[in-house]
Amino acid sequence: MLIALAAIRLRDLFAVVMLFGVYSFMTASLFMDLDAVDVAFTEAAVGAGVTTMLMLSTLRLTSRWEKPSKHSPLVPLIVVGITGAALVYGTLDAPLLGDPDAPVHQHVAPRYIEQGPVEVGVPNMVTAVLASYRGYDTFGETVVIFTAGLAVLLLLGIQEGPQTKAGRTAIGDQIVLRVVVKALIPLILLYGLYVQFHGDYGAGGGFQAGVIFATGFILYDLVFGEGNARLVVPPRWLCRLSALGVLIYGGVGVVSLLGGRAFLDYSVLSGDPVHGQHLGVLLIEVGVGITVFSVILAIFYALSGRKRTS
Amino acid sequence: MSNLPGLYNDFVAIFLMMAGFYVVISQGNLVKKLVGLSLFQTSVFIFFISMGKVAGGHAPILTEGVTVYSNPLPHVLILTAIVVGVATTALGLALVVRIHEAYGSVEEEEIQARDDAGEGAREAGGAARRGTDS
Repeated sequence: MLIALAAIRLRDLFAVVMLFGVYSFMTASLFMDLDAVDVAFTEAAVGAGVTTMLMLSTLRLTSRWEKPSKHSPLVPLIVVGITGAALVYGTLDAPLLGDPDAPVHQHVAPRYIEQGPVEVGVPNMVTAVLASYRGYDTFGETVVIFTAGLAVLLLLGIQEGPQTKAGRTAIGDQIVLRVVVKALIPLILLYGLYVQFHGDYGAGGGFQAGVIFATGFILYDLVFGEGNARLVVPPRWLCRLSALGVLIYGGVGVVSLLGGRAFLDYSVLSGDPVHGQHLGVLLIEVGVGITVFSVILAIFYALSGRKRTS
Repeated sequence: MSNLPGLYNDFVAIFLMMAGFYVVISQGNLVKKLVGLSLFQTSVFIFFISMGKVAGGHAPILTEGVTVYSNPLPHVLILTAIVVGVATTALGLALVVRIHEAYGSVEEEEIQARDDAGEGAREAGGAARRGTDS
């Protein structure tokens, strides 16, 4: 909370963004404490890693310092105070933290917890709910991510090829960085793959794996020269890859339709329904992972490859 | 007031939400507005996740000898919301970059002033043209 306050007060936007990264990391530890390992995982990778990176790229393209506002802060403060008071009043008879009888835990959650591992054959209940029970939602989210990536590309576009001379890097030539990063990148990519394919047993899944994988490439781009990652993964592939991910997801749904069951009912994929469910979960996680990876990397390319104007 | 410690999570979420709300409506800088928006978003995440917590529960991964699990449903919703959040934030940042290219500024007031000046000049130009026609 203190970090959030400090972030509001500062005018140096660079410091604001860095503080926001720290804040995200704290939030991730809080999620860990509240038993949400998958969410903590995502928040750490996305909030502390990718969001900070993207905001810094934007600052590079705009300006670092914020101008003092001419408005008086009084009116917003009053509005915020009244809204906050109303919300606090609203929570006074809300269920307490950790109360097992709260209405949230009464509706569908018991079935997910008791039947999930049996019906879907996946020990991680979060993955089971994400990919199987709520497969429609997740499909929608994947399409939203795809659309957002599409819109960013429409707005900014990706310049092909390296933007700067080979050897010139964003961070500068630092031997320590190069050596450390060279050792780290294979581990990051390997870890991304592990998270992708082990998401049904432990914490993890397509969303996290995609982000972690993209982080590995972003790191490579930052340390070994702007635009070098484009030689490894050309932007043109990324556009196709992100569409391919959505296609895999939707394709699994269509296959289950053709098999005579509901859209995204994976039981038809194999003779044994539980095994079919497991297979379906794995397939759509791959689709999600591919889309998330390529959209995040494409957005990074678009923001980092843009030349500074003015 | 005996229930206050139990509601502490709600108060934290409300405080963060109001902090983000304040930034969005009071600051003129577009990048900072986006930071505020993310702050607002995170407060909702914290609210949802704290709802899913069950006292004495474990992470919702099937384990031998564990019977009490936290509610996996809020986790799923927030997991996807975080990734969608970063995609939408990126879209906002892309818009900011384009605005900076078009106006040379990311301050709300300067953009407004530029717009007003542009319209004023156009009207003045139109009046001048009408003057030469007649």
